[in-house]
Amino acid sequence: MFDGVSTQLLFGQVLIGLINGSFYAMLSMGLAIIFGLMSVVNFAHGAQYMLGAFVAWALLNYLGIPYWGALFIAPVVVGAFGLFMERTILRPIQNLDHLYSLLATFAAVLIIEGLVRQQYGSTGLPYNSPLPGGVNLGFMFMPWYRLWVVLFSIVICFGTYILIEHTKLGAYLRAANEKPEIVESFGINVPRMISLTYAFGVGLAGLGGVLAAPIYQVSPSMGSNLMIVIFAVVVIGGMGSILGAILTGYLIGVVEGLTKVFYPEGANLVIFVIMIFALILRPNGLFSGKEGLK
Amino acid sequence: MPSDRKPIMQVENLEAWYGESKALHGMTFDVHEGELVTLIGRNGAGKTSTLRSIMGIVGTRTGSIRFRDQELIRKRTYQIARAGIAYCPEERAIFAGLTVAENMTLPPILSPGGLTDAQLLEAFPNLKARRKSGGSKLSGGEQQMLAIARILRTGSRFILLDEPSEGLAPVIVKEIGAQIQKLKEQGYTIVLVEQNLQFARLVADRHVVVENGEVVDTLSNEDLSSNLDRVKTYLGV
Repeated sequence: MFDGVSTQLLFGQVLIGLINGSFYAMLSMGLAIIFGLMSVVNFAHGAQYMLGAFVAWALLNYLGIPYWGALFIAPVVVGAFGLFMERTILRPIQNLDHLYSLLATFAAVLIIEGLVRQQYGSTGLPYNSPLPGGVNLGFMFMPWYRLWVVLFSIVICFGTYILIEHTKLGAYLRAANEKPEIVESFGINVPRMISLTYAFGVGLAGLGGVLAAPIYQVSPSMGSNLMIVIFAVVVIGGMGSILGAILTGYLIGVVEGLTKVFYPEGANLVIFVIMIFALILRPNGLFSGKEGLK
Repeated sequence: MPSDRKPIMQVENLEAWYGESKALHGMTFDVHEGELVTLIGRNGAGKTSTLRSIMGIVGTRTGSIRFRDQELIRKRTYQIARAGIAYCPEERAIFAGLTVAENMTLPPILSPGGLTDAQLLEAFPNLKARRKSGGSKLSGGEQQMLAIARILRTGSRFILLDEPSEGLAPVIVKEIGAQIQKLKEQGYTIVLVEQNLQFARLVADRHVVVENGEVVDTLSNEDLSSNLDRVKTYLGV
């Protein structure tokens, strides 16, 4: 196909790009939802993703609950933790400058990661794939689990997008994002809606963590490593644009994968190069249209 | 006028602050069921602040707001709305990110007796053709119609209306006046903030004159005509 590049390598990297992109999309979407409604830059998103993976690991190893059960339980547990964080950390400072919530969630990262590291060490724990094996497509080998992750993340991302852009509940969220006091004057409990939205965004991070557990090591720092890229994705896609976050997530994953094929040295840099150009050319983000939460 | 009966709303010594600055210095007035009361006064007198305070959309407030035997002063905005008070703000507050139809159906039905979506479109035919447009695409008059229409959906029969005539062409003002008249005939209770005295006189039963965050005078609509000079002094016109 291309000189010196085997199709196996090419498609292999595109697949890895799509896998990474699935996580980029899910996590940056959660960040965008939270930022859109609360103007909170949720630095703890990576730690909450890590908690999702650890809850899945704990469910399996302490309670014998397998992956498929964890897929439902862990996001609820992590979401409930998010609710707790919103009430105890974010709500008391909601009227202060955005910088405070950023710092508070960053402090939460240090505490959460520190506690998990204390308990489980920093080397990481294994989590076996619930879908071993795969299929040989002729030009490449496709592991079932990775196929599942890509398809499931697409369903979650676009399901969430439709929920927010095309339902009554989503209309409340978009309206509360514009004029919260007017939405409240219609008789809607806006503070509770904000709490639940934060919990939902945090639950999405937890879900990402469960999906990641069989692919990456379940380790205390798995979230922090990812968050640097996630913030770049959010900046490129447009802060608070849900569709922008989703599309940019997959796009960046694939671009990163392709860079590994054609210029491996640049793979770690390419995202930030794109971010710089995006900031120069479209500072509000590639997808900063008029849609939805912004 | 049913002034012999107990008022549906009694505001007493209402004080309100936005941060450090005090906006209301002890407003006292009452409203009877089915009545249309205007709050008139100069810019910055505290008319809008009074409506926002009733709705709980201010920093701090003290005093008493009794509504249907319920004290609202410590209630949250959404609880006040659920008690049966609807609020149509001066800036109309149409959501730009939502379509006209989404804007219209956003307020939930809080009690039975509100207008159905079909009735609303019949009452405000201009909005029908623009259902799918974005909220920001409407003209000022259409925005005002939409802002009134959507709160009629909730079933609340006590309405706070902030300057519906502001910045609109005379023909639109007339149309909105006719809608307000119709609401009155249907038994709605309305507190109307209005700068336009001509407009206020057409629809009101009683006028509460506000100055520096206090009530300085109250006149029936009949008295207004005979005391026009006095009222114009209040308004500074």
